[in-house]
Amino acid sequence: MYQLGNLVKELTEKHGRSRESLMPILQGVVERHSYLTDEAMVEIANQLDISAAEVYGTASFYTFLDTKERGKYVIRVCKTITCAMKGKNEILETLEDMLKVKVGETTADKQFSLLETNCIGWCHKAPAMLINEMPYTELTPEKVVEIIKSYMQKK
Amino acid sequence: MKKRGLNKVDLIFEKVDLREVLTVAYNMPQAEIIQKVLDSGLKGRGGAGFPTGLKWKYTAAEKDPDKYIVCNADEGEPGTFKDREILDRVAYKVYGGMVIAGKAVGAKTGIVYLRGEYKFLLPQLLAELDEFHRLIKEIGFDFSISYRMGSGAYICGEESALFESIEGFRGEPRNKPPYPTVSGVFGKPTSINNVETLVTALMVIKHGPESYSQLGTKDSRGSKVFSISGDTPTPGIFELELGMTVQAFVNEFGDGDTKAVQVGGASGFCVPRKRFEDTIIGFEGVPTGGSMKLFNSSRSMYNVLHNYLDFFAEESCGQCTPCRVGCQQLLKGVQKVKKGEVKSTYLTELIKLADTMKVASKCGLGQSVGNAFKTIVENFREEIIY
Repeated sequence: MYQLGNLVKELTEKHGRSRESLMPILQGVVERHSYLTDEAMVEIANQLDISAAEVYGTASFYTFLDTKERGKYVIRVCKTITCAMKGKNEILETLEDMLKVKVGETTADKQFSLLETNCIGWCHKAPAMLINEMPYTELTPEKVVEIIKSYMQKK
Repeated sequence: MKKRGLNKVDLIFEKVDLREVLTVAYNMPQAEIIQKVLDSGLKGRGGAGFPTGLKWKYTAAEKDPDKYIVCNADEGEPGTFKDREILDRVAYKVYGGMVIAGKAVGAKTGIVYLRGEYKFLLPQLLAELDEFHRLIKEIGFDFSISYRMGSGAYICGEESALFESIEGFRGEPRNKPPYPTVSGVFGKPTSINNVETLVTALMVIKHGPESYSQLGTKDSRGSKVFSISGDTPTPGIFELELGMTVQAFVNEFGDGDTKAVQVGGASGFCVPRKRFEDTIIGFEGVPTGGSMKLFNSSRSMYNVLHNYLDFFAEESCGQCTPCRVGCQQLLKGVQKVKKGEVKSTYLTELIKLADTMKVASKCGLGQSVGNAFKTIVENFREEIIY
């Protein structure tokens, strides 16, 4: 947790300690660490001089500010109507087979979390998913296998 | 009512000499900019359709020296992706629209609130922004823009929820009034405009309100960018003149078997085949922020409705009871009808609930859940039941 404490300090120095800095700080932690630990939220609360409940209350409102443990790469498969119509389930099944996890779970090696998400704005190129912030579109099971392999090699 | 065919337009993505347009705007009196936008008849392109000129006029009338221009780039309506395309291709025109809005209302600060799903665009957008800041400084403007990111919350596209998010809070909509033009972000007078609206305003200043208002109809002036998806051979972004019928739209974009078009996304209206001919796409018929989804006869409208209700049940901010509980109950209700656990007449009860949500919900989210619900249930009742 020592490392995250440093990260929080670094982020508060960059963004400031006013309430409006809270979102950029939370986003900064998630960008580097995939999710918000309890300790990180308490540290942010200390730095901003607000209660930890305020920090948790804000973070837990936003889907991308995870307060549950997530892997290094968070996969979010779009489940909204066009992606659902164009083969989202096949994409999910491919990912579940390959990563040996169900939706909502994280791989044992903490590399990948598999989630579903609402419309990510790629309906014309459905089905689509995000891995961290990168969008991948016009997915097929074959394409998904290639993409995940390339992430596995990144480790 | 005059029925119109389909007319493709190239205004939003048209290349412009930004220095030239902004120099004209720099030398134009505040009131004249506002008058031109008023004369153009431009209404907000995010979906709600408030007249842009009026919004600017009200913000300009406030005495507070600190005012804001906020660009709403929290595009989250299912089926909408035009703002991403606009930012990707012509961000400099969005920034141009913001500085013009700033001049018109007397604001020196602009904020772009970009949805987290589009974060991958940020590096290129910031590079363009640096260039833009250099340009406007040379012209003489005192204005600067910064970015704030969303983190995956559909409700933050609602203007007051967006302000809450910028200020570092949960994205829960505020009570209105006061309206943003009086008390917006940080409690200051704010003109909040959609990405496309800002670009359109820039083009109105460039081409003049007369040429713009020649496009479209009395209630829906001009053109707009449509995001087209679903069962179509040509999904993508198309800029079209407003005022066409759904039939003209389907003739161009359908796959020959279109049974319904969802106009305006999950919060919009479902138009069945029998109404294609007499339904206008625009404020006099079915309004849209740009989302157009086509469904052919192979699709189950129950699945479509279920998907939308699931979306709303997740995205409702939970602050007000009619929306929080209403979304869940509509979802559970259609599931029960489908399973035969309740009589099909239960749908009538659910429609009453949707009507209650429309009058009792605090913001546009809860108020518009009934749009898709009612138009799908009323037009495809048998698909919901059997």
